[in-house]
Amino acid sequence: MPPVIKAVDLRKNYGELRAVDGIDFEIERGECFGLLGPNGAGKTTTVKMLTCALPLSGGDITVEGLSVNEDPRGVKYLLGVCPQEINLDPDFSVLKNLIVYSRYFDIPYSEAKKRADGLINRFHLHDKLDRPIEDLSGGLKKRLLMARALINKPKVLVLDEPTTGLDPQSRRQIWEEVRGMKKNGLTTLLTTHYIEEAELLCDRLVIIDSGKIIEHGTPGQLISKHLEGKGNLEDVFLKLTGKNLRDE
Amino acid sequence: MNSTCILKNISYRARYMWRRNVDVSLVTWKTNVIPPLIEPVLYILAFGIGLGAYVQKISSDGRAYDYLTFLAPGMIAVGVMFHATFDTMYGAFVRLRYQKTFDAVITTPLSAEDILVGEILSGATKGLFAGAAILLIVTLFGLASYPSSLIILPLSALAGLMFASFGLLFAAMAPYIDNLNLPIFLFINPMFLFSGTFFPLDGMPGWVKLAANFLPLTHFVNITRAAAFGRLNPWLFLDLLYMLVLTAGVAYLAVYKMKTRLIK
Ligand SMILES: Nc1ncnc2c1ncn2[C@@H]1O[C@H](COP(=O)(O)OP(=O)(O)OP(=O)(O)O)[C@@H](O)[C@H]1O
Ligand SMILES: [Mg+2]
Repeated sequence: MPPVIKAVDLRKNYGELRAVDGIDFEIERGECFGLLGPNGAGKTTTVKMLTCALPLSGGDITVEGLSVNEDPRGVKYLLGVCPQEINLDPDFSVLKNLIVYSRYFDIPYSEAKKRADGLINRFHLHDKLDRPIEDLSGGLKKRLLMARALINKPKVLVLDEPTTGLDPQSRRQIWEEVRGMKKNGLTTLLTTHYIEEAELLCDRLVIIDSGKIIEHGTPGQLISKHLEGKGNLEDVFLKLTGKNLRDE
Repeated sequence: MNSTCILKNISYRARYMWRRNVDVSLVTWKTNVIPPLIEPVLYILAFGIGLGAYVQKISSDGRAYDYLTFLAPGMIAVGVMFHATFDTMYGAFVRLRYQKTFDAVITTPLSAEDILVGEILSGATKGLFAGAAILLIVTLFGLASYPSSLIILPLSALAGLMFASFGLLFAAMAPYIDNLNLPIFLFINPMFLFSGTFFPLDGMPGWVKLAANFLPLTHFVNITRAAAFGRLNPWLFLDLLYMLVLTAGVAYLAVYKMKTRLIK
């Protein structure tokens, strides 16, 4: 089967800075693929190019064969996007956020309401249904972002640091969700700088640093290759990037 | 990013952005509905009855009108201008630059052009609503003649598009929100004063009249006043043409500028 996502020689320059410097990867159907890297590695930049929020400086990404350069709209219909930066609509309540967002995908109201109700249950949002966004805790905001990303029944879920800044319970909740969706066959791209998260959720991953892929494989492969099977992915990561990436 | 690109990227989805903004206005409807209804009453009290008591009949196009009758159509035009311009100038500025609304919507099937056209449409809707509300008050005071005044409604929609586009253009060019004082000082306030809103331009020196003809509000006032007086004439087509051409040009420029601002 052809890959769901294919990035070829992907590049993004900000002036002199090569934020993404020629990366290639393929994501198979149903797999959870990880982009692991320290702060400033180029993870969000890669995600933004995939989600058509940033024009590419070079290369291409295709989703189900559609190119972000040629058919951004087509690509965007296929994606569910959970951004690193919380960008819920502060002018609306929790429920209205889901309803308004579903409109952008041409989903009629009755269907949107049905989907929103389902997601509200699944992500335990019912207590705050009519609250404005500013009243929500960080964990709840992330859960709502995730629910919002699923409202259009995406082919690919894009999670940019879904658990950064969350407490252990909320983090676990999100992990459970991601695993559940993987069981249902949803293809997922996940960025993180939590190694345990990558180890737990990702079938395959690439480690990027300064805009370049420096290693790729399954978590197990990376551990056995670099540490002869002793230790964990974090040790691999630190060995490769030479940095301490826990910024919290 | 060439010209065909911008037009090609506009789709029916612009209306989803428009709907979003209208929904917000409906949530806070009291602050949106009441000002356009109260403002003209204040104007009528202050200028019409207060100042009008000291002003002789005003002659315009060779006929004499009392001051309130003269002022009423100007109030409509000014209301449309303020509500439409400010909605995009401040509203869109905040939504697109601070609230991250743009960041969220750009990863949905809407293009940047859809989003920005939606912003202009919702600004225009605010302008149209203000125009309609003020027309209603003016009509209740017996200051508009019909049926010609009905044309003020579609005209307010067009003026709404024009001023919302200007507002978006200013928002696109201002690095910080404080910079928006500049277009208010240089553009909005001169129009407010010198577009024939408060006094006829007939008596002004030639160069003032000439300058006033470059101000978009002047042309909107010309048609609105003729409609309110029941004296529409074919020459007004030139004013309409001016508004149409300017609206298309400024809307295009605003979308182009704002897009380059938001997508790097
Ligand atoms: N709009 C921009 N203009 C200039 N440089 C930028 C811009 N956005 C990102 N960068 C730079 O590009 C590089 C990659 O940033 P990016 O946000 O993709 O990193 P990241 O891997 O997501 O990091 P983090 O883990 O902190 O989220 C960084 O050096 C960043 O400073
Ligand atoms: Mg990031």
